[in-house]
Amino acid sequence: MIQAISFTLNDRPVTLRTDGERPLLWVLRTDLGLTGTKYGCGEGLCGACTVLIDDQATPACQVSVAKVAGSEVRTIEGLAKNGRLHPLQEAFVAHDALQCGFCTPGMILKAYGLLVSNPSPTRREIIDGMEDNLCRCGAQVRIVEAVQTAAKALKGGRP
Amino acid sequence: MKTGAGPRGPETTGAAAPAPVTRRDFLKRMGLLGGGLIVYAAVGDPRALAREARQGYAGAKVPVDFNAFLKIGADDRVTCFVGKIEMGQGPITSFAQMAAEELEVAYESVDLVMGDTDLCPWDAGTWGSLSTRHYGVFVKEAAAEAKGVLKEMAAERLKCPLEELVVQAGVISERGRPGNRVTYGELTRGQVIERHLDEVPPLKPYSEYTISGKPFLRRDARQKVTGEALYAGDIRLPGMLYAKIVRPPAHGARRVRVDTSAAEGIEGVRVVREGDLVAVLHPHPDVAQQALAKIEAQYLAPQTGVNDETIFDHLLKNAPSPVVADQAGDLEQGRKKAATVIEETYFNSYVAHAPLETHTALAHFDQGRMTVWASTQSPFGVQGQVAAALGLPAEKVRVITPFVGGGFGGKSASAQALEAARLARACGRPVMVIWSREEEFFFDTFRPAAVVKISSGLDGAGRMVFWDYQVYFAGSRGCHNFYEIPHHRESVYGEWRIGPGIHPFAVGPWRAPAANTNVYARDLHLNLMAQAAGRDPLAFRLDHLQDRRMRSVLKAVAERFGYTPAKPPSGRGIGLAGGIDAETYVAAMAEVEVNQDNGTIQVKRLACAQEMGQVVNPQGATIQMEGCLTMGLGYALAEEVHFSDGKLTDTNFDTYALPRFSWLPEIETVLVPNPSLPPKGGGEPAITCMGGVLATAVHDATGAKVTRLPMTPERVKAALENRRS
Repeated sequence: MIQAISFTLNDRPVTLRTDGERPLLWVLRTDLGLTGTKYGCGEGLCGACTVLIDDQATPACQVSVAKVAGSEVRTIEGLAKNGRLHPLQEAFVAHDALQCGFCTPGMILKAYGLLVSNPSPTRREIIDGMEDNLCRCGAQVRIVEAVQTAAKALKGGRP
Repeated sequence: MKTGAGPRGPETTGAAAPAPVTRRDFLKRMGLLGGGLIVYAAVGDPRALAREARQGYAGAKVPVDFNAFLKIGADDRVTCFVGKIEMGQGPITSFAQMAAEELEVAYESVDLVMGDTDLCPWDAGTWGSLSTRHYGVFVKEAAAEAKGVLKEMAAERLKCPLEELVVQAGVISERGRPGNRVTYGELTRGQVIERHLDEVPPLKPYSEYTISGKPFLRRDARQKVTGEALYAGDIRLPGMLYAKIVRPPAHGARRVRVDTSAAEGIEGVRVVREGDLVAVLHPHPDVAQQALAKIEAQYLAPQTGVNDETIFDHLLKNAPSPVVADQAGDLEQGRKKAATVIEETYFNSYVAHAPLETHTALAHFDQGRMTVWASTQSPFGVQGQVAAALGLPAEKVRVITPFVGGGFGGKSASAQALEAARLARACGRPVMVIWSREEEFFFDTFRPAAVVKISSGLDGAGRMVFWDYQVYFAGSRGCHNFYEIPHHRESVYGEWRIGPGIHPFAVGPWRAPAANTNVYARDLHLNLMAQAAGRDPLAFRLDHLQDRRMRSVLKAVAERFGYTPAKPPSGRGIGLAGGIDAETYVAAMAEVEVNQDNGTIQVKRLACAQEMGQVVNPQGATIQMEGCLTMGLGYALAEEVHFSDGKLTDTNFDTYALPRFSWLPEIETVLVPNPSLPPKGGGEPAITCMGGVLATAVHDATGAKVTRLPMTPERVKAALENRRS
């Protein structure tokens, strides 16, 4: 059903008219042109399309666009502020915590959601928290280190 | 998923020869790009001749009569054009290092253009850990030639003899008179300059390197952490449509009926029939997906009786005659000298490449020219295939390779690019094809299932006297013997690139093709031999080893691991494997814990030592090792393609298990220095150890030999049972 749907996207209000049942992933990528959110599996099994919905890391392929009406949605494009990278992004760069980079936006936003709920995670808690996100290149060791570094840079504060 | 013909199997070479970039074409392009510098190779230049001999298939080759690799802008920025692609393995960084080093410019001033068939010199494809060790040589030579010409030009401009010129960071000045200077950009002034070089300048010696050999972070990281990095699926064109293609339920299935009427009823959906392709197109991919679900198609699927359990019998029955890859002595003589003979058969399963980015391509047909943005490891191969499929001359087809979201060999074949190109021409709009994860599993060119039979013997003193090695369908890479065994033979029954008709679906190169199977079988068998000889497994290998590079990596890994000798099975759960791959020497050690009740394996520690000649980017090389070790946990422990009668049971990551964060062991890596050799391969060697190092660790922990990969809990439990019986 075509309906008007309003939500906050990367700190800006957005309203669009579309079928509310459509997956948020494809609305972001096509209607809104934000291609940093990646398609990996379409079934919520890989985490490549992870976005933040009210600070909760969620696979965008599993959420209908109607569901985010009134919510705050953040994609990877909305993480750096005024050209300044977020500490998580800085840590991923500094640790070379990526290879092909396809899982990277989802990894960073998954970590963001983790740090919201647990600002000072142990290594074990990072591993458990990131478990559902897949990286085929094998950057996991460095991703764990990057999340540890970012948590320290944020000094346990809000990401 | 109903009907239609699927993409064909792996095609890494085009039917039509891509037109090689000619000097004239290149000059024209340089003009369009704001000028640059063209260096002609000297007539009879032995370096160019050597290149010619090494390169080329289907009429295509790297240009040898001129330098097509570099452009120097008026702004002093250097653009380096390479036919290779960036899929995470890091040449975007190491090519820039190599070019900057030889050209004497700042690393930061070098930009890379990769995998664009209009702009870059021809290349066969990005595979085989060849980018640095092979193509890197061309880039270095090109940079050295360009520097030579720039110095000649500077000598004229500065009225100063050549030998009095000093080059630093893209500035040429007169020795002792730093004011008498000119920059590269001032010399080229953005104009197209053609110069002939009478003498080819030598490459810099390793001892003078200041950029190569130093660790650099990835130069594409900022783009990749902000979402700015563009992959094929991220390219957007006005009026573009997303296509979903009707697919068969099983390999070998034949479509007998297709009804698209319900799909046509959806607003905005177009149905296109292009030869054997039936596709639905819409500006939104999710709507195209809905339309696909409304198509009714019927197929006749064959009943072959071949599945992931019967496959090994099927393969052995259909094995081609062997080719001897390596041999010495006389096996019969060896057998007579043996006091102990050990025979075992090893099995390895089909595995998927499963890059996180599925095969994707956008095609745009405009005024007789086809442009394809493709996630591919072989842009020039795709160019040739698209040209052949559409009946276009190769120069009317341009393939552009944006960032590739993982390949591992699986994007050597790029059937999605042909699908997009055919549909784009048929419907007159730009068309994007993004394979679903299910399509990615179905049309993957899997690593072939394989069988290895080894019969080997020890003499009374515990020395190996013969080694009869027979490998079926994995291929020869990595089977060659480097141990001191007087009588050995390595027989290869079918390479991994064997043609259609034997495997139930397409197979192809999977990161270090064949070597993963060969190292697994060899090293587990060596552990059984060491056990029979009553010798520590490391000492047993060193007893039979003179190759200095192999000895150096075995010793380095043992030292880093803190290894102490013990006879297997020691109960400690320590494994060892190693070999030679892409001219690089590699060895790994692992410590595992085996739960003998449920058969699960937890890898606690991994160490890996690699000797790869000169290392251009030690940071990148280290990360490739870590990536190999982590990825390799998958095929060793869990990854296996399930299928029956050509139907793939695995369609997504719920049943096909990739390595996850919780699988992570502690990982340590060592780069064993050897600057006396030019750079060797780095993208694949370490992964070859993973089956062997974990199988020997399980053997050391429990005495059980797990003779089939992956080592699932059921197989571990069965091996533990066998041990008891």
